[in-house]
Amino acid sequence: MRRWAEPLAWAVAALAIFWGLPDRLALATHISVLALFALSLHVLTGLGGILSLGQAVFFGLGAYTAGKLAQAGWDEPLSGLLAAALVGGVAGGLAGGVLARLRGLPALMVTLGLGLLLHEAALRLPGLTGGEDGLPSLTIAPLFGTFAFDLWGRTAYWYGVALLALGFWGVKRLEAAPFGLSLRALHDNPVRMQALGMSIAARVRGAYLIAGALAGVAGGLLTQTTQFVSAEVFSFHRSADILVMLILGGIGRRYGALLGPLLYAILRDFLADWHPAYWGAGLGVALMAIVLLAPKGLLGLRFPGQ
Amino acid sequence: MATVWIGLLFDGLAYGMLLYLMSLGLAITLGLMGFIHLAHGGYAALGGYLAVAWVKQAGGSFWAALPVGFLAMAALGAVVERTLLCRLYARPAFDQILFCIGFLFVVVAGITAVWGGSQQTVPLPALLQGQIAFAGLELGRYRLFLLVLGAALIVALQLGLARTRWGMRLRAAVDDRDVARGLGLPVARLFAGTFALGTGLAGLGGVLSVPLVGLDPAFPLKYLVLCLIIVAVGGVGGIGGPLVAALSLGVLDVFGKYYLPQVGGFLIYAVMVGLLLRWPGGLFAGRQS
Repeated sequence: MRRWAEPLAWAVAALAIFWGLPDRLALATHISVLALFALSLHVLTGLGGILSLGQAVFFGLGAYTAGKLAQAGWDEPLSGLLAAALVGGVAGGLAGGVLARLRGLPALMVTLGLGLLLHEAALRLPGLTGGEDGLPSLTIAPLFGTFAFDLWGRTAYWYGVALLALGFWGVKRLEAAPFGLSLRALHDNPVRMQALGMSIAARVRGAYLIAGALAGVAGGLLTQTTQFVSAEVFSFHRSADILVMLILGGIGRRYGALLGPLLYAILRDFLADWHPAYWGAGLGVALMAIVLLAPKGLLGLRFPGQ
Repeated sequence: MATVWIGLLFDGLAYGMLLYLMSLGLAITLGLMGFIHLAHGGYAALGGYLAVAWVKQAGGSFWAALPVGFLAMAALGAVVERTLLCRLYARPAFDQILFCIGFLFVVVAGITAVWGGSQQTVPLPALLQGQIAFAGLELGRYRLFLLVLGAALIVALQLGLARTRWGMRLRAAVDDRDVARGLGLPVARLFAGTFALGTGLAGLGGVLSVPLVGLDPAFPLKYLVLCLIIVAVGGVGGIGGPLVAALSLGVLDVFGKYYLPQVGGFLIYAVMVGLLLRWPGGLFAGRQS
């Protein structure tokens, strides 16, 4: 593929949605939030093979960072997002340092436990987090001081798509960089990697740091574009759903993180109108079928081998 | 003061025993067989709802609901294991987890569609209602029943695993599948039977939990997390470690909710994370798998 092909495709797709589906911009913005979140899990799980059942921790921290800043009057969006990335990244680095010692079931349980812990904490500290009611009607200042967040969600849409494109570009660079390659090595054969003198703990920590920052941005973006944040951002469902989306799209590929949320959100939009129970059952059957029949996700069906 | 403490301790132990009964199946599928069986809570919930249907709609007795729940879930587990799960033993933990999450989604959606989202419960038989006065204490009959039944099951299962031919064969098959098969053991049948035992116990645990904690569509996830905590903290590979973990968790939870109601579930998760960071293999790690 030529150099300009990928940015061009992004620009064409973004414009096509903007002109073609003007009443679905909110959904498209939400998909960019989910895709950024899925991208963070791609760095951990897709590249490094590190399983996390508590990814919502970083997402929620980012969401609340942006929300608390806006509530305190610091409503400039870009710096708010940067703060969300910082908080998510620091939390990721700390969690990664602790989690690097664990593997298998204990690692799963600790990530799950951290997620549940933060969810409980957010519910039990309504003074800080607003509990289930959340922090409503936050105001966000215009982007770059010029583009106000409008009722039709046009600014939010471009904001989300631009951040998502930036995220994809960054992860693409990461995958080609020595650190990204060593993450793949960690995924493929941790024992050999250690024998070659590379530190597993350092890789896990680094992967968590990057993933935490990305998830923090996704959370901050959610808060800023919906002008609302509640304890729900920490819930186990968030962590499980994003894993499901990533798998649906195709694990180990960058674009799986876009395809998964896209399919998920569209299917949900379509099926939930019908009956909420069908949505859950349909998703469950799809997941089971993918695990049994197409372990590499939908992208893996079309492009087997990597 | 002392009576309050003893009462709380009794309630905590009974709750812990209930959690243990639900975890016992998971200790078998996850701990012994090494299958990351996140769908465990789904079998427990189905067993519970089956009991609701059996007692309330079909007019059956609660006593009969216990074997019905066990057998129905064991049969379902055996079918699912033979048709679907047996393909996943050799696959990475990741695939097992996802498959189970998918299965859970289907179960929760099915429960919501059939029974709705409201809380369900069943009436208890007269023998299990009310309290028994014992040495100046009022002990709930149902809680006492849970403790006795749990103790009996533990003894039976421990003897079964340690002493019977089936237990020995199972341990051999779990330790080294290929060698066991080479020695002529029916490994596939052993695994199916053991898996059925695990899901059957989940179903039984589900039935037993209905009168104490009630049922709603969030049940599978809520109790799955508690069961996972018990098995992970207790250490995979045995059924004794999870017992200690379950009883401690039950007592901790009841005392926590009584003395620190505002902290709630926070305490349990914090303790679990702390314990697992210090002892990743669990407190009573038997064989490392």
